[in-house]
Amino acid sequence: MTDFTPFQSLIGGVLIGISAIALMELHGRIAGMTGILSGVIPPITQDWPWRAAFLAGAIIGPLGYILAGNTVAFAVPVSMLALIIGGLIVGIGVTYSAGCTSGHGVCGMARLSPRSIVATVVFMIAAFATVFVIRHVIGG
Amino acid sequence: MNKLLSAFAVGIIFGIGIAISGMANPAKVLNFFDLAGTWDPSLIFVMGGALVTTAIGYRIVFKNSSRPLFEPFFSVPTSRTIDIQLVGGSGLFGIGWGIAGFCPGGAVPALGLGYGETPVFLAAMIAGIVAGRALKSRTALALGT
Repeated sequence: MTDFTPFQSLIGGVLIGISAIALMELHGRIAGMTGILSGVIPPITQDWPWRAAFLAGAIIGPLGYILAGNTVAFAVPVSMLALIIGGLIVGIGVTYSAGCTSGHGVCGMARLSPRSIVATVVFMIAAFATVFVIRHVIGG
Repeated sequence: MNKLLSAFAVGIIFGIGIAISGMANPAKVLNFFDLAGTWDPSLIFVMGGALVTTAIGYRIVFKNSSRPLFEPFFSVPTSRTIDIQLVGGSGLFGIGWGIAGFCPGGAVPALGLGYGETPVFLAAMIAGIVAGRALKSRTALALGT
């Protein structure tokens, strides 16, 4: 079980939104993790410095947040093998879809991009179905 | 330099937002997807909060700014093509997300929380991105696109 945290989740979501607005206003970029991260995986894009700076911030932010005395719930209820297989599939998938939850699900949906709406509907349904199969068909 | 500091600061807000929201916690993400079991609807609030905020903010940005502060123009995707790559890729992504509980935007900030599982997922995901690129250029050749 995990606790229902509507309040924290809403605040977190609004912060994600603020960062997406700021990245557009300041850098003219979509705050999509797939796109930003892909640019620093060789062959590296020419505009890698801002990407690396954003990624460093995205990692150091939560680190600073817990060092400041806050707690962040974290648990991995799956095996190492599932992490590896899931990671490989996620990596291949987001390369073809050119975006993930942040890029399509937040930024693209906010622009009412037809591609992003289709992508988001598809990956959400796929994730619900996968968890159902793993937990209630295979596991149940 | 200002440009890099700005991107760094925006990254911090993104990362803290992800951490607070629960998106960096695979247990919470998987419970959100487990409608028939230990359902935790919290992530509706993450997606809703992020989406509404961004939709309003983008509108203001595009209305009031002719260009971003640090760049000559807005780099917004213009493709409207809905093809097998988009649908199949999204389907695969959702399957992987449901297996591992991590998405890219959740996993990168999770690195900062200091648990050993996160780099395992990220290493596999990066390998997947590299493999995906190779596959994608092959399919492009095969399809003649």
